[in-house]
Amino acid sequence: MTSEQRLEQLREKAWQEGVVPGRGVDVAGGPIPRKPGYYGQPVVKPPVWTWEVPLYFFFGGIGGMSAVIAFGALLFHHVDLARPALWIAAIAGAVLSPILLIMDLGRPHLFLNMLRVFKHRSAMSMGAWILTTFGTFAVAGLITLELHAYQIFPGTLDQLLRLAAGIFIFGAAISGTLLATYTGVLIGATAIPAWFLHRTFLPIHFGTAGLGSAAGVLELLGHRIAALNFLGFYAAAVETALLIWLSLDKKGAANRAIHEHGSGWLIRMGEVLNGPLALVPRFLGFIPWAAISFLAGALISRFGWIAVGKVSGADPEAVFASQR
Amino acid sequence: MIGEGIKSTNQRKHSYVQDHVEVGFFTDPSVCIGCKACEVACKEWNQVPDDGFTWSGNSYDNTGHLGASTWRHVMFLEQDRQKGNQITGPMGLPDPQSDLSAVAAAKAEDPFRWVFLSDVCKHCEEAGCLEACPTGSIVRTETGTVFVQDDVCNGCGYCVVSCPFGVIDRRPAPLPNAGGAFKCTFCYDRQKSGLTPACAKVCPTESIVFGRLDDLRARANERVQYLKQNGYADAQVYDPTETSVRGIHAFFLILGEPEAYGLPPKPQVPTIYLKSAWMAAFATALASIIATLLGFALFS
Repeated sequence: MTSEQRLEQLREKAWQEGVVPGRGVDVAGGPIPRKPGYYGQPVVKPPVWTWEVPLYFFFGGIGGMSAVIAFGALLFHHVDLARPALWIAAIAGAVLSPILLIMDLGRPHLFLNMLRVFKHRSAMSMGAWILTTFGTFAVAGLITLELHAYQIFPGTLDQLLRLAAGIFIFGAAISGTLLATYTGVLIGATAIPAWFLHRTFLPIHFGTAGLGSAAGVLELLGHRIAALNFLGFYAAAVETALLIWLSLDKKGAANRAIHEHGSGWLIRMGEVLNGPLALVPRFLGFIPWAAISFLAGALISRFGWIAVGKVSGADPEAVFASQR
Repeated sequence: MIGEGIKSTNQRKHSYVQDHVEVGFFTDPSVCIGCKACEVACKEWNQVPDDGFTWSGNSYDNTGHLGASTWRHVMFLEQDRQKGNQITGPMGLPDPQSDLSAVAAAKAEDPFRWVFLSDVCKHCEEAGCLEACPTGSIVRTETGTVFVQDDVCNGCGYCVVSCPFGVIDRRPAPLPNAGGAFKCTFCYDRQKSGLTPACAKVCPTESIVFGRLDDLRARANERVQYLKQNGYADAQVYDPTETSVRGIHAFFLILGEPEAYGLPPKPQVPTIYLKSAWMAAFATALASIIATLLGFALFS
């Protein structure tokens, strides 16, 4: 029954019997349904973000952490791995991420206004600068590395290119770790109760999910090397620990969006796919299964956290409980 | 003040913007009659588009909540409490002269009050929206209020989740100027010309008072004392100076708990969460680099 229908029913009963006692009925038997706060209206505003943002979190995580893998691979002379890793970093982090972020804006043609100011107290401003820095380094790193790999230029120039590629890829790796983790700060430092109560959890989860996803994509592309398997183990183990943390860290009404509703199911599904369901197949040697499970978990959980924000932001009792 | 005519701070010309004087709104529900003239005046002056014609069933409030196209919102609270020394009763009014015990009994039996409060952007001392804005669109004016420059805003939506009071919102299509974030401007354009904000100008009972912030704070405290002496035991000023918001420029006198008005009891500016969140981010960034290098070092 909708609240409108219930209201009609109460009005009818009040007309016939004078007063209406019972649950959900307000003052003096009047036919007014009682809701928390002011008629159950949200106290804070739920996010206006749509599917572009969680998808950006997912691709930003993959892109940023792929650059770290590319840097590690280059340092230990795995150029055959560094090249695809850098391609992924450039495509996911320097092409897909900005496109998704611009698509989400209410006025996409004004996206350059993001670079009007530098505000260290705004995670969104820091994110815009991190993404710009990362994109520049990743694309420059990719171009120089490819030119070096194909030996386009002879002798000294090629050596210079190699050096430049190293510097660019180092820059991409450092900014890449921030690109994969700042998104946790972005939603952690807000007025949404279920988000700010997990502000230390979120960057750890998003960053680790990014690292595991980057390794998973490379494994699925056929790079079955022990170093990537190690990263897969590491990420799945951390995510399993995070699943336990999240399950124990219940704060009643304040963060119930994480444990109840559809949003809670998304979070749990994501964490189980990220954690145990990615860890066990890896022990058994089913590496593609582990990688697919981890990637699916990372994607679902990003959508889950935005859904949590929408549910928690619209829940006045969550805001009151988080401040009591 | 009411009765002062054109000498009232709501009516007379001023030069607060030129003199850099901190201004505020003091909104007092004990004299509000719920006429919604403030809502209408705000919409007309600022040319704010329609925010939907829906019947909410929530008392006489069909406005709902503040948003991109609702910058003043008159709340209608129905509470089972006594309003001052007002006499109420379900079976008609007893004669207060003859039988005082009957008055007390009627009060105890069926207390009821209808409270109206005109809600508005709080113009925080530490404003979550202003801190969060990545374009520098949201600025603080000479009078200490918070203003959104619409031509700069690119509609990223980060202010929406950063406001601890749920005031600012992104305007959806197909409304005019869709895509940008909007909220109360404190009639900055009017103030620059020495005029008072439209809502305060039209308020027929001066439930909304515009003026110097320090004057209004003193006035609010006086008003609370007066109401408490006259039967409004639960009157209080809602101005969260003790939290990280450090006070608001548009503060309220409220009867009862802030929760009943949809006001957060202890609002915090989200920037206080930045330190711990960035620490976790840096730790994760470092751990990821170490794990990657370790992976390649061990298995190369």
